[in-house]
Amino acid sequence: MTQSLGNSDLGPTGLRGVAADFSSDQRAFKTASWGKAMMWIFLLSDTFVFGCFLIAYMTARMSTPVAWPNPSEVFALHIGGQDVPLILIAIMTFVLISSSGTMAMAVNFGYRRERGRTAALMLATALLGATFVGMQAFEWTKLISEGVLPWENPWGAPQFGSTFFMITGFHGTHVTIGVIFLLIVARKVWRGDFDVARRGFFTSRKGQYESVEIMGLYWHFVDLVWVFIFAFFYLW
Amino acid sequence: MVEIPSGSAGAVPAAEVEDVELYHPKSWWTKYVFSQDAKIIAVQYSLTAISIGLVALVLSWLMRLQLAFPGYFAFIDANHYYQFITMHGMIMVIYLLTALFLGGFGNYLIPLMLGARDMVFPYANMLSYWIYLLAVLILVAGFFVPGGPTGAGWTLYPPQAVLSGTPGGSDWGILLMLFSLIVFIIGFTMGGLNYVVTVLQGRARGMTLMRMPLTVWGIFTATVMALLAFPALFVACVMMLFDRLLGTSFFMPAIVEMGEQLQHGGGSPILFQHLFWFFGHPEVYIVALPAFGIVSDLISTHARKNIFGYRMMVWAIVVIGALSFIVWAHHMYVSGMNPAFGFFFATTTLIIAVPTAIKVYNWVLTLWRGDIHLTLPMLFALAFIVTFVNGGLTGLFLGNVVVDVPLSDTLFVVAHFHMVMGVAPILVIFGAIYHWYPKVTGRMLDDFLGHIHFWITFLGTYAIFFPMHYLGLLGMPRRYHELGDTVFVPPSANTLNVFITVMALVVGAAQIVFLFNLVWSLFKGRQAGGNPWRATTLEWQTPQTPPAHGNWGRDLPVVYRWAYDYSVPGSAEDFIPQTQPPSGGLTREVVA
Repeated sequence: MTQSLGNSDLGPTGLRGVAADFSSDQRAFKTASWGKAMMWIFLLSDTFVFGCFLIAYMTARMSTPVAWPNPSEVFALHIGGQDVPLILIAIMTFVLISSSGTMAMAVNFGYRRERGRTAALMLATALLGATFVGMQAFEWTKLISEGVLPWENPWGAPQFGSTFFMITGFHGTHVTIGVIFLLIVARKVWRGDFDVARRGFFTSRKGQYESVEIMGLYWHFVDLVWVFIFAFFYLW
Repeated sequence: MVEIPSGSAGAVPAAEVEDVELYHPKSWWTKYVFSQDAKIIAVQYSLTAISIGLVALVLSWLMRLQLAFPGYFAFIDANHYYQFITMHGMIMVIYLLTALFLGGFGNYLIPLMLGARDMVFPYANMLSYWIYLLAVLILVAGFFVPGGPTGAGWTLYPPQAVLSGTPGGSDWGILLMLFSLIVFIIGFTMGGLNYVVTVLQGRARGMTLMRMPLTVWGIFTATVMALLAFPALFVACVMMLFDRLLGTSFFMPAIVEMGEQLQHGGGSPILFQHLFWFFGHPEVYIVALPAFGIVSDLISTHARKNIFGYRMMVWAIVVIGALSFIVWAHHMYVSGMNPAFGFFFATTTLIIAVPTAIKVYNWVLTLWRGDIHLTLPMLFALAFIVTFVNGGLTGLFLGNVVVDVPLSDTLFVVAHFHMVMGVAPILVIFGAIYHWYPKVTGRMLDDFLGHIHFWITFLGTYAIFFPMHYLGLLGMPRRYHELGDTVFVPPSANTLNVFITVMALVVGAAQIVFLFNLVWSLFKGRQAGGNPWRATTLEWQTPQTPPAHGNWGRDLPVVYRWAYDYSVPGSAEDFIPQTQPPSGGLTREVVA
């Protein structure tokens, strides 16, 4: 601490330089705005929520004395006279991953200040997200009609239904909240709020195109979580 | 004396972020009630936390009365006793300590100590308080619903927490408790994101991370921990709600209740304990780390000496925070988990003693040959060090599996955690209130009343909790409504129980002196001026006291040095504020 940083205006280099930059004054992350930093930290916290849910699911699956049902059989659709395993979930996953693509394009056009395309792509993302939730509702309905409920399961351990509805429900809630916020931000883009730095209704802060990117961070996170749920629930 | 170089070649960097435009309140309501000013929110948080804390204090009186005079107070039956225990524990740990340290001190001190105008998201900050208040109201509602609040113990272990044999288990009690916790976590997350982002991204020019006062380091690290630990509690609460409301069996094994086989089966009660303690152990340090930070600043300021080993103090805080995430199962040695885990968790638990000991040594070395002023904050800080060492040493007993097993669920455990995470942080809270009250109100708290409060509280808590260790070693179990006649507990033990109860009543009553002092000094206290303790940190350098909306007037402060320039040889005063440029003058200033 007593060591002088030297005569060079560039300051320390190497690992010391990394540490000096990170701990330098005003901001630890020099390129991140307040909003973006907040979203990253929130997502870190949310990772722990989903992590706990998934670990709880794994524990329940390993500790329950009743046999766990075979996901390929439970999640099969009867199409054209034969059971196709995991077909619905494959389509759902494809839809959600595609929505990440449209979201990334929306962020790009947002930074080019192309209002129309940004708003359209965000709407497309919201539409894909809503489709995903719709298909999830269909899947839930099918399982419930076949007798799988949070507290019972004709094919084996009741924990199967409990964890399935809880985790996909929690993820679906995240998607739904994302769709709502996509629509709100898309409306702001379309109306030109971010071009004139119109103030937010609640926060009275000036609007920025960065909101599109922050929205995108959340959306990609929700997609990424789905990949883990898909792997641990449907493929295991 | 250490002169910290202020950036490269003594230059202060230009401002990277433009000065924020604050929301300007237009009416009395938005200025004082639905305020977005972190200082008002801090006071709201603190008053709410202290109010609910008083409820928990009264509950502890009732418990102690039952333990000393079993059967004498007819209204404290077994069910009520367990309800009092549960609510006392949960309120004290979460709704008082967590909310007061992070919501109260965090909101007040982070922006002021870092030279910011406010938190980075004032609106979310305001929501955080109102959601916290909602959580408190849901919690209190438990007292007024059929069946009363839950009596499951503050750890809410299933399966008993959701069964009809436990008070509130099949009524509203447990539901309200779980709802309240979920709401609290949502509200806390809004505030917590604010505190973290403000520390990382909202500091003044020249305020590097290694110039931050240790108070901010403690609150910051604790908030990061809370954002990562509360998710486990959130998940556990959601799953238990489903067990109770939907009849799922996450935590419920096959159970026969009142001769009837329940619908549940195949769940794992141990899973809840893992989730709960993955939150519960970091929670201990969520409460302790802000206390560590604050006490470091109190000691340095009132001993007129720079903190010893600042860099090590920072690293110790961070290392304790990280380690506390891998020790949780030392609360579960008797739970029936795999015995091999005991070895791992005992080892990590004992490793935590290393950074903790570094902190204690550094506090003592800060005091060594310091110009110690025995002001009230200093008295409380000294009391904290002693109490924390006492409580920490019994932690070493309980961290070892072979010693813990016979001591488990005895009053020894109660004595241990009350010393280390009950009394010790509360002493820091008192010290901090005596220290910062002049900044919040502009007036000093009364010294005479403060001394009465300090001595009764300090000596009284020792009179309460020291004998409890002995009772625990005798084998007196905790959470027993009434012990009856036992072979291993001698009759003299009950005399000790009566003594503890009397002291508990006295210490509780002494807090009335403190509350009176808070109110009386608000109107009649001595005018404090801007910097009564002659301290270096930024919050004492504000243009007005109490600080106005926006904290700093027209120009934001610029920081030239660390927070601990006390008794620097050759300087006119025995303290140099962080805003004072180096004596030689700057070689070059970059103007924003």
